[in-house]
Amino acid sequence: MRSAKLDALLSRYYTIIIFLIPALTIFTLFVVLPIGEAAYYSFFRWNGYGAPEKFVGFKNYEFLFKNRVFILSLKNNFYIIAISLFVQLPFALLIALMISDKLRGAAFFRTIFFLPFILAEIVTALIWAYIYDGNYGLVAAIWGFFGAEAPFVLGDKDWALVAILIVIFWKFFGIHMMIYIAGLQAISKEVLEAAKVDGAGPITTAFRIKIPMLIPTIKLSVFLSLLGSLQLFDIIMPLTGGGPSNVTHSMVSYLYYFGVMRMKVGFGSAVGVVIFLICLFIAIGYQRTLMRDDNENKF
Amino acid sequence: MKTNFRTYYLYLILFFLAGVIIIPLYVSVMGGFKHTGELRTNSLGLPIDWKFENYISLLVNSDFWLFLWNSTVYAVGTTFFVVLFASMTAFVFAHVKFAANKFLYNYFLLGLMFPFATAILPLFLRVRDFGLLGTSWAVIIPQIAFGLGFSIILFRGFFRQMPKEIFEAAVCDGCSYIQFYFRFTLPLSTPILATVSVITLTGSWNNYLLPLIMINDESLYSWPMGIMVFRGEYFTDWGKILAYVSLTLVPAVAFFFALQKYIVAGLTGGAVKE
Repeated sequence: MRSAKLDALLSRYYTIIIFLIPALTIFTLFVVLPIGEAAYYSFFRWNGYGAPEKFVGFKNYEFLFKNRVFILSLKNNFYIIAISLFVQLPFALLIALMISDKLRGAAFFRTIFFLPFILAEIVTALIWAYIYDGNYGLVAAIWGFFGAEAPFVLGDKDWALVAILIVIFWKFFGIHMMIYIAGLQAISKEVLEAAKVDGAGPITTAFRIKIPMLIPTIKLSVFLSLLGSLQLFDIIMPLTGGGPSNVTHSMVSYLYYFGVMRMKVGFGSAVGVVIFLICLFIAIGYQRTLMRDDNENKF
Repeated sequence: MKTNFRTYYLYLILFFLAGVIIIPLYVSVMGGFKHTGELRTNSLGLPIDWKFENYISLLVNSDFWLFLWNSTVYAVGTTFFVVLFASMTAFVFAHVKFAANKFLYNYFLLGLMFPFATAILPLFLRVRDFGLLGTSWAVIIPQIAFGLGFSIILFRGFFRQMPKEIFEAAVCDGCSYIQFYFRFTLPLSTPILATVSVITLTGSWNNYLLPLIMINDESLYSWPMGIMVFRGEYFTDWGKILAYVSLTLVPAVAFFFALQKYIVAGLTGGAVKE
């Protein structure tokens, strides 16, 4: 007869094996290994058929960093990050502070501002492609009202990126606002009451109590915003498809046009690896500096 | 007096912003009802001459329904497996003590930081070499793989907060881990099951890049791919395109209003819960 203890132990190992295997297998095969393979393939010139044989060392990377369009896409990604961090997030925080209090209709505004986030990015971008259309859209109507010839912003090298940034702002400020509101609701009522008793007005309370207590939440939204910005693709495709003259590519749309569509596995993988390294760099920096004084499991 | 003045400005800003959000949606839905000529002259107002052809021609278009159906298959398939596999994994992480527990949990966490784009070309090759191209699995399996990380975090957090007493009592009664998972954990976890399902469903439903890479066969197109093809065909025939956009917009908005609670909980839950 087996002891109950042995049974329990066996049951535990069965559980671990049965419960972990599906997720571990799929995750390893379709997430972890492809990333390793991308690093390996990036040293080859290869069209994906047969085995990769033509080893080219760092040639793919060399070409990449001499390529005007890629450098531009890298810059565009950094513009997007900068605008997200320094304009979009503070704005979302401001709105969150405005409607988190006992404001009448707060729930209504919250829902409206969050609405764009749930739309598909493709749909969002198509709506805005219409709005920006110089013949038909809202921009055309507004210009027409003043009797001016409407510009085609998406076809204009100087304005296309700005137009994309506006769409990003429109779509994503709501989720950051929502994250901040959730963080604000977690601040204990007693602290806020005490501040009120001490005669602190809404602005003092915001700067002295709410924002400092919101720091962990802000860190999280910064992180999400960074990773999201680096992976931008869907919004660009319907709006400009990277044009005019390839000035509005993001790194991912560059990867799609110059790696995937031409089936250049080695070169495309090199682009992927650069994106990965930037993300990794940010993640490590985030762990080191921003997460330093937090508990584990904050994420 | 001063407070009223401030509130007045507050509302002014908020209503202005709400307008900026709503007007683009409104002009899109209305645009679907307008003639091309009217779109040119009257983009903001209600249609003067209501035109239903754009909407009707889509509603009787079999491709339109096919693409919606394909997306449904991708979304439901992905969600079913993500919920099952992620909850099983999180159950082990939350309840079973073993040496590699923390290590394996971090292994999945690390996956969250990996940008999907890095892996697309090798991922495509793997899917091709497994002979999955031309099937729905070409979309579903990679989506499961990339959906696991975040779902495991959400499940684990929830499972750990469940009272330990139920678990101990059940184990004493001779209940195995697997029985416990099906009989107690899952039935007691409806809020988190709903949250993970809703997030996974919407993520899959709106996904564009992955199906774009994996699917060549037009009979397997997802609706975002369909809408882009449509855009290519009717480039400036905005009435048609806006009708298509609106027909996908309306269910999304309805879905959001019905399940707002779970969507918000899922997206902000990881942010503020310890």
